[in-house]
Amino acid sequence: MLDATAALRPLVQVRDLKMYFPIYSGLLRRHTGDVKAVDGVSFDILPGETLGLVGESGCGKSTVGRALLRLYEITGGTVVVNGTDIASLDSEALRRARPQMQMVFQDPQASLNPRMSLADIIGEPLREHTDWDASRKLARVYELMDAVGLNRRFANRFPHEFSGGQRQRIGIARALALNPRFIVCDEPIAALDVSIQAQVVNLLEDLQDQFGLTYLFISHDLSMVRHIADRVAVMYLGRIAELSPRDALYARPLHPYAEALLSAVPEPDPTLARARQRIVLQGDVPSPANPPKGCNFCTRCPKVFDLCREVKPELAEVEPGRFVACHLFANTSVAGSTGASDATEQTQQGVPR
Amino acid sequence: MADGATPVLDVRGLKTVFRTRGGEVHAVNGVSFHLDPGELLGVVGESGSGKSVTMMSLIGLLPSPPADVRGGTVMLGGRDLLRIGADDLRDVRGAKVGFVFQDPMTSLNPVFTVGNQIMEPLIRHMGMTKQQAEVRAAELLSLVGIPDAKKRLKSYPHQFSGGMRQRVMIAIALACDPDVLIADEPTTALDVTIQAQILELVKDLRQKLGMAIVWITHDLGVIAGIADRVMVMYGGQVVEQAPVRELFSNPQHPYTRALLKTIPSLTGAREDRLQVIQGQPPILAGEPTACPFRARCAHVFDRCHAENPQRRALDGRPVGRGHDVACHWTAEARDA
Ligand SMILES: Nc1ncnc2c1ncn2[C@@H]1O[C@H](COP(=O)(O)OP(=O)(O)OP(=O)(O)O)[C@@H](O)[C@H]1O
Ligand SMILES: Nc1ncnc2c1ncn2[C@@H]1O[C@H](COP(=O)(O)OP(=O)(O)OP(=O)(O)O)[C@@H](O)[C@H]1O
Ligand SMILES: [Mg+2]
Ligand SMILES: [Mg+2]
Repeated sequence: MLDATAALRPLVQVRDLKMYFPIYSGLLRRHTGDVKAVDGVSFDILPGETLGLVGESGCGKSTVGRALLRLYEITGGTVVVNGTDIASLDSEALRRARPQMQMVFQDPQASLNPRMSLADIIGEPLREHTDWDASRKLARVYELMDAVGLNRRFANRFPHEFSGGQRQRIGIARALALNPRFIVCDEPIAALDVSIQAQVVNLLEDLQDQFGLTYLFISHDLSMVRHIADRVAVMYLGRIAELSPRDALYARPLHPYAEALLSAVPEPDPTLARARQRIVLQGDVPSPANPPKGCNFCTRCPKVFDLCREVKPELAEVEPGRFVACHLFANTSVAGSTGASDATEQTQQGVPR
Repeated sequence: MADGATPVLDVRGLKTVFRTRGGEVHAVNGVSFHLDPGELLGVVGESGSGKSVTMMSLIGLLPSPPADVRGGTVMLGGRDLLRIGADDLRDVRGAKVGFVFQDPMTSLNPVFTVGNQIMEPLIRHMGMTKQQAEVRAAELLSLVGIPDAKKRLKSYPHQFSGGMRQRVMIAIALACDPDVLIADEPTTALDVTIQAQILELVKDLRQKLGMAIVWITHDLGVIAGIADRVMVMYGGQVVEQAPVRELFSNPQHPYTRALLKTIPSLTGAREDRLQVIQGQPPILAGEPTACPFRARCAHVFDRCHAENPQRRALDGRPVGRGHDVACHWTAEARDA
């Protein structure tokens, strides 16, 4: 797909990203703390690559995705997309950069304007960012509807007239309208039945092959992530626990949380499903407003030891191309590696496929 | 469950039509199913096949117009829910039937705290005081795996992640220990570990309270793990129904077979391209007069265009109690 010698510069570079939501309490609404939704996350995404982002509900995946597109003012760190520091853009520059970066939202209903027809919703980015005439716009809208499997006869219907899965496809068609380079897909297929999931995933892959699109693919569906992602980042409570190439991760997850996560995937076979051994995590899920002192996973980790409760492990390269934040691997670090912060090193390992 | 058990919920011939400017949409076309006490019925089917509309029709959740529930009966506790007054229906909804909506953000009220929304049914239907309701609400929230539950009661829905909102919906639905829980894609936004935790919770409630459950999902892995029976929908109709093991090992309807083939696997070889079911779903513009799957079916023949197949039993048991399928091809193939 990509020539391994070209395109070594990451399209997206995230360094020590932090996103805190302030907590106000008491009568005077004083600032009494923060929900540390994302607390020091670093990774790269290469052009044409799909990075899968998985992890427990509430661990900060959507927040990372939104911060990348500057739908939030971030608390700390840097996000560089295509050479521009996103956080530094003024509103006009941001508007011009928008067509390049799009998002498919997790909650399809909430992100669609109920008073607009389907054709208007999908055509909205075209109205805003192109000067095409009406017939050209409509042709593009039809093309997009075909691509996501929505019948053209639905063009004048309103969002509430669609099923959950149909609404999700409207959101995908809208995100694709301007041929973006980078798309954050936040649970893009969660609401779809398997056949349409497959259709949408095939579509995303076709577009990637055709236009070299780059994806951050947020999902809790680990078998679909295995299908679509080149590399996978596993998050836990605002931090990355493991970031590894797909096949390596699925064959042998290193971080204990990644291991537990993979063992919990439901098995689509009733006989096997009832016989399967899951690693059921015990212990309390800490609150992101008050994360543990040491490793964020220490309250539930089956392999916890003293150090874990004291010191937060950093993400480090423990095998070529595999980054893990866990004290169990403290002595196996690849010599000289500084983890994800060293872009060139990572890209050598991280060339997709 | 024995053939003779009295179902908690018995739905017959349900029909729902939407009247829109573009004409009628026949979303549900004669759907029948029942639910025995403590049983979990899995519902799968294509997006737009009428799963949500069926369940929302049962308990009067669709605004009319545009929705028009044209026919059928829905028996629960000796009453037909399609023929009782609005007040009675509201009580049924709060206390007898819990409902988890597919779209958590739109079904939670953005201006009230999460705590308020869990406490409301407890105060209204269970006669609790505000203090009691608050304690119970915190319990429910931690039951669905939300840390720091007591503090989190004061949060607003937008301060929760997608999966957390979904769990709030589950907590609300479970608040009044309903006889029947209808869960519409209740775990789509949940990661597998929390999903596993919710599934354990549901198993527990079935055993302890005998709660009967309808679980709509496209996740066949979840179905395989928790369902007793499975109902497959296509084009507003039930096209196949069977006990869970039977359905996975011996699927009959060409749609069911195609569906089972589309699952990507976690182990084994990784396919380059995922399987899809070719073609478009039906438009549902009128009352069905032919098989809804005919345009996409590999086995289509004359009769499929001429007549909408009825569900027929494959194992001599009454339809709905054993394995049944609505397909001319399997019928002909069997007779041949
Ligand atoms: N208010 C409405 N007006 C017109 N058509 C509607 C309306 N609500 C739903 N429909 C149509 O009814 C059909 C059934 O919708 P339903 O929401 O039950 O599908 P579903 O099986 O739940 O799908 P999904 O898996 O995508 O949630 C769809 O074709 C949908 O477009
Ligand atoms: N606007 C906000 N105000 C306060 N807290 C917030 C806000 N948005 C998100 N959070 C909190 O940040 C944390 C991370 O939320 P996020 O939506 O990123 O999770 P997620 O990983 O996408 O989860 P899910 O898989 O459930 O969608 C959660 O604890 C959530 O409650
Ligand atoms: Mg999310
Ligand atoms: Mg639905």
